[in-house]
Amino acid sequence: MKSAVIVFPGSNCDRDLAVAIRDVTGRAPDMLWHRETELPEGIGLIAVPGGFSYGDYLRSGAMAARSPIMREIVEAAGRGVPVIGICNGFQILTEAGLLPGALMRNQGLDFVCRDVALTVENSQSAFTARYAQGETVRFPVAHHDGNFNADAETLDRLEGEGRVAFRYAEPVNGSARNIAGILNDGGNVLGMMPHPERVIEAAHGNDDGRRLFEGLLETVA
Amino acid sequence: MKTRVYVTLKGGVLDPQGKAIHNALGSLGFSGVNDVRAGKLIELDHDENVSDADLEAMCRKLLANTVIENFRIERA
Repeated sequence: MKSAVIVFPGSNCDRDLAVAIRDVTGRAPDMLWHRETELPEGIGLIAVPGGFSYGDYLRSGAMAARSPIMREIVEAAGRGVPVIGICNGFQILTEAGLLPGALMRNQGLDFVCRDVALTVENSQSAFTARYAQGETVRFPVAHHDGNFNADAETLDRLEGEGRVAFRYAEPVNGSARNIAGILNDGGNVLGMMPHPERVIEAAHGNDDGRRLFEGLLETVA
Repeated sequence: MKTRVYVTLKGGVLDPQGKAIHNALGSLGFSGVNDVRAGKLIELDHDENVSDADLEAMCRKLLANTVIENFRIERA
């Protein structure tokens, strides 16, 4: 599977994400600088990593969402190419309008950095196909702005359409309805605050994240 | 010429920073403050020919996230 990890100034999870994709798919992703204006031909997965792009200036993800490569990513997402945004990547995808809602400062203002339990709310997507519906998995979180916010109508729509992919098993950051990760209406764009790429082998403490990439490989290839 | 853009959280949106400021004011002994909302002030220094519509577009496209924020443009 041909894939790309997008690199912004201030990205810091790009290499972890590349290792996860390489280990699971057997092919290293292209590391694509955000000033690029073209995606590789026949790309099967676009990954937007965590970090602090542009030092979180203005709003987390706001500057990165206006980078040249984002036009191509929005266009590719429209064609159905799978796009995953993790942590800062999730913030960037909401700022770019690929996903609804916004990620605000954590309730309590604390930077949250620990393993959390998540419930798989939708096991039908390309990203979650290898998980069981309702299964509990443990992924690390490490963020200051993970408090998902959207109006009640949007939240109801997300729930009703099965677009909540992951939910925190208990409150972590003040997120509306404990939402940890959501899908776009086509189901090919996933944004999530927790880090599956940090738990892909036993040496990481657990390998719950590995199946996310395995599922993608099966669905896309 | 100069324009000021005020970006504030929408009414229904919880403001954790405003809440923390409110608590800090309380612990400093200031009483009578009922609520605090924190926002941003962005100052633009621009040419005369930048129109109101341009400024509005800047706010919608970048300066504010209209999912959670309102903006107010104040031309000098």
